[in-house]
Amino acid sequence: MRPTGPARLRAAVGSPFQLLLLACTFALAGYAGVRLLAEDWFGVALWFVGAAVLHDLVLLPLYAVLDRTVVRAAGAVGRQELTLYVRVPAAFSGLLLLVWFPLISGRVADRYRSFTGLSPDGFLARWLLITALLFGGSALLMVLRLRLQRRRLRRATKDRPPAVH
Amino acid sequence: MGREPARPVRRAYGLGMARSPRRWPPPSSPAFWRSPLRGPWFTSVLGVVLLAGITVLFVTGLLSYAAYNPDLSPVNDKTPDKGILGFYLFSWPTDPYWLYRLNQGVHVTLGITLVPVLLAKLWSVVPRLFQMPPARSLAHALERLSLLLLVGGALFEFVTGVLNIQLDYVFPGSFYPLHFYGAWVFFAAFVAHVVLRAPTAVRNLRRLRGSEGASAPPPGATGSPPSPPPVSPPVSAAEPSLVSPNPAEPTVSRRGALGLVGGGSLLLFATTVGQNFDGPLRATALLAPHGGAEPGSGPAGFQINKTAASRGISAAETSEEAWRLAVTGPGGTVRLSRADLLRLPLNSSALPIACVEGWSTSDQWWRGVRLRDLAALVGYEADAAPDVLVESLQRRGAFRRAALRANQVRDPRSLLALDVNGEPLTPDHGYPARVIAPAVPGVLNTKWVARMTFGELR
Repeated sequence: MRPTGPARLRAAVGSPFQLLLLACTFALAGYAGVRLLAEDWFGVALWFVGAAVLHDLVLLPLYAVLDRTVVRAAGAVGRQELTLYVRVPAAFSGLLLLVWFPLISGRVADRYRSFTGLSPDGFLARWLLITALLFGGSALLMVLRLRLQRRRLRRATKDRPPAVH
Repeated sequence: MGREPARPVRRAYGLGMARSPRRWPPPSSPAFWRSPLRGPWFTSVLGVVLLAGITVLFVTGLLSYAAYNPDLSPVNDKTPDKGILGFYLFSWPTDPYWLYRLNQGVHVTLGITLVPVLLAKLWSVVPRLFQMPPARSLAHALERLSLLLLVGGALFEFVTGVLNIQLDYVFPGSFYPLHFYGAWVFFAAFVAHVVLRAPTAVRNLRRLRGSEGASAPPPGATGSPPSPPPVSPPVSAAEPSLVSPNPAEPTVSRRGALGLVGGGSLLLFATTVGQNFDGPLRATALLAPHGGAEPGSGPAGFQINKTAASRGISAAETSEEAWRLAVTGPGGTVRLSRADLLRLPLNSSALPIACVEGWSTSDQWWRGVRLRDLAALVGYEADAAPDVLVESLQRRGAFRRAALRANQVRDPRSLLALDVNGEPLTPDHGYPARVIAPAVPGVLNTKWVARMTFGELR
């Protein structure tokens, strides 16, 4: 049955509780937002919206495509089960790079040295070392697991009762 | 093997897509999103973790703001037009003396730890961004608008925080107002989101406890068919499900994916938390700004916020001959050299340096003149010492002047320190004299003190 007059209006407007709640949200967000935008409204708005757009339309598709490439490559060589051994260290390494990019890239090196009296030179090396350890550890784990699997498989074939021909 | 056998499967799941000339459905179609991980269980688990985590972030953030005593004096207040957003401010206590160190360590370390959870949560709901029709009702349209504040706000807060602790000041303005007002904009949308979604998330978790996570195939189960779509999600009829109608072959179970997110969090936590402790623990914070090595060796080899050189403090102006501390009160102004100060009653206290950037030192042994005793020099009873305005020699910097409240001045552990760990202060730690007080944010522990005005904060 098609909704009639008042019902249709209710459907178009939605839940009154939700409306009230969202009105409160926008009131508070507006109060803080006016102050947030007071200095450099364009720059802040750009950062606010830009962060969401950059994440949803650049970062997320980028790592999704990279991940799919790994899955496809593993599938192409017929070893889908190897995906994880690339995916996990790559994800961890990428995560560290994402969070500590200013330090790892050295873009704040001068200020960092001047402010803190610490050397800014170690970050890239440490990140590379962690990345190497992650991939190395993952490769080691893979080799061990594959060997274990093969041994189990061999034992299973040995223990099998002789086939009746 | 490979591609050929996959085709009929796809057609079977294709929901009539075979007739479409397009190879891929548009992102607005649920069939575009093929990960078998997406679904109410995955999103709900991440949502509940964020609900707890972000609540802690917000509360510790508000406490950190209160710790500056912004209502005490304009010099402490980087957000003078805060209005009702400062409704909760209270005079910051001096007990326990590690309160700010703990609060800020939790705020920053937890924030970094939650980065993978936030990313995973946003990934799990990204199909909703492209959902058609854009809005089913006025209320729904407003909810989606509030999601822009939620997602934009969350990313804005995390990005400004992560950049600020790495001294990368590329954001448009001063960190304090951006992070403070941004937090309120975000929090407004967060509360609405929690009220509208948390009941569903909790119901999902109760109903699907174990069943869905466990039912997904184990990693590497390439031969098995895609898991059947889980129990239909209990959302309103019009809300499209996050479960893909055309799932790709799973390469990891949902539990495995959560493990990846948790592992990422653990890795970030493990390589960050050490910057809150001296000694071997600091060395474990491999990529954190104040992890790794100490800036020097010996008694004053602990972490520095801003070096003397970076603040333009020269040896000439801090020398025994040149430097005098001016202490002002109703009894007039007293000028004291470092030697004069060393002749006053000296006391010791063990206090940490704790920075808003989420790093801290262990307790250091400071020795110097009690702030309350300095107040007594200029006409106050030590027990009735008032607020004090402390001014540094430094010419630049947001906190070259800072105000301390009476409770901080009266605390017998609050010192104008002259020595640390048994040796005179070094230039980088504030020679000739610096303030050190319990539970105070690092920048209010003014270094290179030149003038102290008791009872008058402007």
